[in-house]
Amino acid sequence: MPEWNLKRFFGVAPLLLLAACGSSPQPSTQTSSSAPAANLPEGKVDPATAGTISGKVLFQGEAPVMPVIDMSSNPNCERQHPTPFRAETVVVNPNKTLRNVYIHIKDGLTPARWAPPAQTAKLDQNGCVYAPHMQGILEGQDLEILNSDPVNHNVHAECQKNPAWNESQAPRAEHKFKKFSNEETIFPFTCSVHPWMRAWIGVSKHPFFAVTGPDGSFRIEGVPPGTYTVEAIHEKLGAKEGKLTVAPSGAATIEFTYGS
Amino acid sequence: MAANSVYRPGLNRWSILLSVCTLMLVVAGGLVTSRDAGLSVPDWPLSYGKLMPPMEGGIFYEHGHRMIATMVGMFTIVSMVWLARTEKRKWLRMLGVAALLAVITQGILGGMTVLLLLPWWVSTSHATLAQLFFSTTVAISMFTSAWWLAGPTVTKESVAAPIRRLSLLAPILVVCQLALGAAARHKAIGSIYHICGSPIVAGVILWLCLRISLHYSQHLELRRAALTLAGITFSQVFLGIAAYMTRIAYADAVQPMPLMVTFTVLHVAVGALTLASSVALAIIVRRNLSPLEAA
Repeated sequence: MPEWNLKRFFGVAPLLLLAACGSSPQPSTQTSSSAPAANLPEGKVDPATAGTISGKVLFQGEAPVMPVIDMSSNPNCERQHPTPFRAETVVVNPNKTLRNVYIHIKDGLTPARWAPPAQTAKLDQNGCVYAPHMQGILEGQDLEILNSDPVNHNVHAECQKNPAWNESQAPRAEHKFKKFSNEETIFPFTCSVHPWMRAWIGVSKHPFFAVTGPDGSFRIEGVPPGTYTVEAIHEKLGAKEGKLTVAPSGAATIEFTYGS
Repeated sequence: MAANSVYRPGLNRWSILLSVCTLMLVVAGGLVTSRDAGLSVPDWPLSYGKLMPPMEGGIFYEHGHRMIATMVGMFTIVSMVWLARTEKRKWLRMLGVAALLAVITQGILGGMTVLLLLPWWVSTSHATLAQLFFSTTVAISMFTSAWWLAGPTVTKESVAAPIRRLSLLAPILVVCQLALGAAARHKAIGSIYHICGSPIVAGVILWLCLRISLHYSQHLELRRAALTLAGITFSQVFLGIAAYMTRIAYADAVQPMPLMVTFTVLHVAVGALTLASSVALAIIVRRNLSPLEAA
């Protein structure tokens, strides 16, 4: 579908006279401001009342066949995959569930300032593929970026609400450590050296998020009692949401269904 | 003015070489965008901190584009100096300076688009200026040729079929259409605007070429230039349809597909040829046809 964006269309008019340099639309490195979190109380989990949210993401209909990625442009990438590697855009598990869906509490939590965990999240470039393909991190948490490949990569964080950046990473170079200070669900990491490479990261204000795995299930622990809107986001199939109530020390379940 | 100038085969051949290299550069730039390789080299003006990084994956396209651009920049400097030292026509010397300024601006825009992470307005300006620069080099090739220096074959503009203004409208519309195409490629606007513009531009060009064929067929230069423009425009419309269809066919592809890349890059290159040939035709028309008022 063509993107009908009249503002940008008329913005092209100065370009016709090559005067575009004079106009100053926002460059992609601009960040949106987030509400100051310093005044918020520190988020705490009361183990005596904390509950869990668990569930599955189902896929109905015929599972799409993902294309085999052609890595012939870089033999060092190709050699690392003895069998053809398929794109991970839509991964339907054998039990008809969907992998790589980001699940988070979208609404209903008492506003709080959650301290980032000491544990770093990791994003590896291995076999010219990002691993993991989808993950969630907390605002301010360290993201450690590795290049386990014998080839150069560029790592491009295509954020909208955090400063976007693009940096090179040489083969087995020093790890990069990055933080994201604004909530953002979800944005891609890409590599233009190997244009098939794509990973997704959701930056959350709170620790109540999960990503579905090889059985399509997810589990979020330590959830304060309350009524919440839970959102599931898939990179291609979009977002769905549902409401649930977590009783004190209770276990709430929810299922999301994608597909036809 | 032509009588004061001397034909210099070396200068003319150099100008033609610059035009050919510029067309190669346009192709290389088209490949960078079509292969999604625009950010494969995050630094500028060096590449991975070096003059010559490993030419793997997208780096091959991005750094290759930079290498050809450097060569074209140097060729343009030589061309400007050559014109400044030997050319008697002041306006042509000024055109050489304008070409150099354009290529410098183009290099800065290329660096900005990398460092600012491909903002649409920089990338679109870069793509549009590339097309204008190519036409400038083609014009310099024309002005330094023996054919140009031999002088025009002046004829009167037909009252029934005036084309002097129409011949100016064609390249203006082509530039607008190229800018819309560039903006669509860099995701500033939808491709619908470029698609809607194509019948208008093609229609004006067809109208101009038909007028020349019908009313000025005795004028060899005009007839040849019109036929060339019509042929290139016809190819361009076909390539545009093919590029769009392959884009739809591969909309879900996880990496640039060769057929889509081929048609898109050809569309970009033939777009440059369309502009250059419409500029050439406008120059030939205004040189060879005396205006109605003077007739």
